[in-house]
Amino acid sequence: MKVALFIPCYVDQFYPQVGMATVRVLEHFGVEHEFPEGQTCCGQPMANSGCMPEAKPLAEKYIDVFDGYDHIVAPSGSCVSMVRHHYDAFFDSSDEKANRVRERTLELTEFLCKVLKVGDIEGNFPHQVGIHQSCHGLRELRLSSSSEVMTKRPDMLRGLLDNLNGITFSKLQRNDECCGFGGTFAVAEEAVSCMMGEDRIRDHLDSGTKVLTAGDMSCLMHLEGIIRRQKHDIRVMHFSEILAEAIGA
Amino acid sequence: MSSSSRETIFTNLRAALPESSPLPDLPPSGPWQTFDDPFARFCEVLGTVGGDCQRVATIAEANDQLAKIEPYQAAKVKVSVVDGLGDSTIDINAIEDPHDLENVDYAVLRGHFGVAENGAIWVTDDTLKHRVLYFVPQHISLVIPASQIVNNMHEAYDRIEVGKHAFAGFISGPSKTADIEQSLVIGAHGARSLTVFAVDEL
Amino acid sequence: MSHPTLAKGFVNNKPRAQWHDKALWFVREKRDRMAHGVPEWEELRQQASAIKIHTMSQLPNYLEQFEKNAKALGVHVHWAIDGDEHNRIVHEILQQHNVKRVVKSKSMLTEECHLNPFLEKNGYEVVDTDLGERIVQLRNEPPSHIVLPAIHIKKEEVGECFHEHLGTEKGASDPNYLTEAARNHLRERFCSADAGITGVNFALAETGGFVVCTNEGNADLGVSLPKLHIACMGIEKLLPRASDLAVFLRLLARSATGQPITTYSSHFHGPREGSEMHIVLVDNGRSGILQSPEFRRSLNCIRCGACMNTCPVYRRSGGHSYESAVPGPIGSILTPLKTPESHSSLPFACSLCGSCTDVCPVKIDLHHQLLAMRGFLDRKKLLGMSKKLSMKFVSGLLSHKWMYTTAGSAARTALRWLPRFAVYNPLNGWGKQRELPEPPKSSFRDQYAAHKKQSGDKS
Repeated sequence: MKVALFIPCYVDQFYPQVGMATVRVLEHFGVEHEFPEGQTCCGQPMANSGCMPEAKPLAEKYIDVFDGYDHIVAPSGSCVSMVRHHYDAFFDSSDEKANRVRERTLELTEFLCKVLKVGDIEGNFPHQVGIHQSCHGLRELRLSSSSEVMTKRPDMLRGLLDNLNGITFSKLQRNDECCGFGGTFAVAEEAVSCMMGEDRIRDHLDSGTKVLTAGDMSCLMHLEGIIRRQKHDIRVMHFSEILAEAIGA
Repeated sequence: MSSSSRETIFTNLRAALPESSPLPDLPPSGPWQTFDDPFARFCEVLGTVGGDCQRVATIAEANDQLAKIEPYQAAKVKVSVVDGLGDSTIDINAIEDPHDLENVDYAVLRGHFGVAENGAIWVTDDTLKHRVLYFVPQHISLVIPASQIVNNMHEAYDRIEVGKHAFAGFISGPSKTADIEQSLVIGAHGARSLTVFAVDEL
Repeated sequence: MSHPTLAKGFVNNKPRAQWHDKALWFVREKRDRMAHGVPEWEELRQQASAIKIHTMSQLPNYLEQFEKNAKALGVHVHWAIDGDEHNRIVHEILQQHNVKRVVKSKSMLTEECHLNPFLEKNGYEVVDTDLGERIVQLRNEPPSHIVLPAIHIKKEEVGECFHEHLGTEKGASDPNYLTEAARNHLRERFCSADAGITGVNFALAETGGFVVCTNEGNADLGVSLPKLHIACMGIEKLLPRASDLAVFLRLLARSATGQPITTYSSHFHGPREGSEMHIVLVDNGRSGILQSPEFRRSLNCIRCGACMNTCPVYRRSGGHSYESAVPGPIGSILTPLKTPESHSSLPFACSLCGSCTDVCPVKIDLHHQLLAMRGFLDRKKLLGMSKKLSMKFVSGLLSHKWMYTTAGSAARTALRWLPRFAVYNPLNGWGKQRELPEPPKSSFRDQYAAHKKQSGDKS
């Protein structure tokens, strides 16, 4: 099995520890991996701004760089959803190469659950964890049940953490409300974005969250930014960091 | 002017119609919700939307129950279109202008059947001369046969002939609003209360 | 003004914004409970979506069928290409009947066409009879929500407004008391009106009739007393068959307010004896939207308002921040389609969370359309120079690995060494209320290379 790591640009530059935790988790499960050096960005920031012509070369580059792997794994639901759901605008539906690369691009929990079929994970993490459901993981990739839809789906991230010794989970008032990051939205609609973030954090504080986690570092970057500014006592960890720490990898 | 607008609209609509897609078949018995006891469900749901359902054996029994209802006792102007149930202080058939019904305090009217999933009752304008009586009285009662409760709206539409009446509709509970800070207030413009008599022998 | 500016003003009053958010979330939760009570909920959404998509694919045929059947019922059918023509038609009908006083039930279409100011200018008394609409009418402002027009107003403010206009006791704010006052006030208007205007929730091609849904009974009272009923509808409101109503009436109120059905679901098929019934069918841009493969599904909207109740941005910015008759997610598609120049910020008033898409009873892919709308604005050159240039710049930078790694390294170094005031300045929208990430010394790709080398050395 030839697995490529797709480490989103902002993780590469600002959260290398999340990429390295992903590496350690994959190695723990015996997965061999490569990091294709030519990768930069999937084009989401441009596409989300409506700048499709500017996003296109990045999408094309992505397909070129990642062709030839069995799986392409990323610790970010948002970037994966960009590739899987929003590249229609750039490639013809008959483009086999693009289809192949897009289908094989998976978010980390999705890869662990669907491809590796990982069951109970042994490890220790004696903390109360609050899970932030990232919207694109939830409503685009369907990595869990969204509260609006009556179809029940397994919660992949929670399932992977569930068996760790000592872990407890926060019961939130609003299970899956958006954190307010939203890419350029975070700056374009700064006031609403920050109020949304504050409201999420308040929900976690009220329910006793000590460690805040998610499958998307972008949501966490926004929430952590507010937590640090307001000096709240919550540790922010990407889900891969929790797993890596729990299994002692 | 208007006829040319009509043509323009149709020309625009036909300019680039979406690809045709099939109209789904909606069998009344389809995968729709049913209940072990539709009548009990009907009463329960009607209660949650502010109405009240009383099951009685006969019209005479309904009449006894009606006499105990406070708004009915207090009503000055009353209308009933159900023989043997309540009084009429005015003859609605002698009235031409519905404005003359503005002061009705209590009306006893007919419904055809109830819907278990939402507590609604199907009414049609052939049962009374002035349809405003569904809306203008301070309080109303609807009389239905107790046996006539369908499970859901699919069964409901399966048994009615839509288009047969200039006016027909579903009524589910008394008039209500939550437009002031989401506080539910019963009695917005129409009836302040709705009592349903589900009669076994009707 | 742009959405971010108006939204900022709304958020600045934090307690009130929180109150508004909670009021709408309460409605969203009621909707959830109702949806959970229907085991076939997702199947219903699927059917509703399929019925609407089918209807749109044959809209002209169904409209012809509807017109023919409505005329056979004795209904006068009118066609209006736009809002102005709609208003003129209504005006002419009212003139013919020598009408002075009109009672109106809720109709987003007449809001869209600005019928009220038009009629008032022409000397009519127009009274909105839905309680929420009456409140905003007395306050001389537009509704802030399509189902809950006065959701942004506190009961104390309603009390003040009613004290001024209806003579209620000063300081009284009990909803029961205020509603009773409105009931008495509006009864007079109902009884003295010469005509009733309603909207249309669903029109039936098969029968030529239409359905109007209310909880208050105001539409019914409004048209059961006077001798003239005018119903105004967008041409997209059609359903092929009466049995389709089963699907839509099951979804509408549950999605809108979390009720099993509206109190009154009235089926109108022709005028009352001795009365007249008119239907005005309005295009006002709809036929153009139908031609657009990208956006035509927005026409499937049944105006339940669920996307507003669930939208985290709407809840925290208020309906007026959209400056549109239909606010929220669906409004942020429909409005810029018609007036892209003046509403170009609306598709960006969205974090793309997708909750609207999941809540929509007719499965409109709202957040995908909002994204597509951004591309539409780009093609119309309405994104604004600074946004476009910065995206061009970043795209260029990210297209070349060496430029990207060099820039990334430079940014991390700068963030580590620059003094705080240089980073957190007014130009940094991120940093106003948030910290930036703490920049690491090395990037992932450097750490990964080292890691590979190390494990390579070991083996």
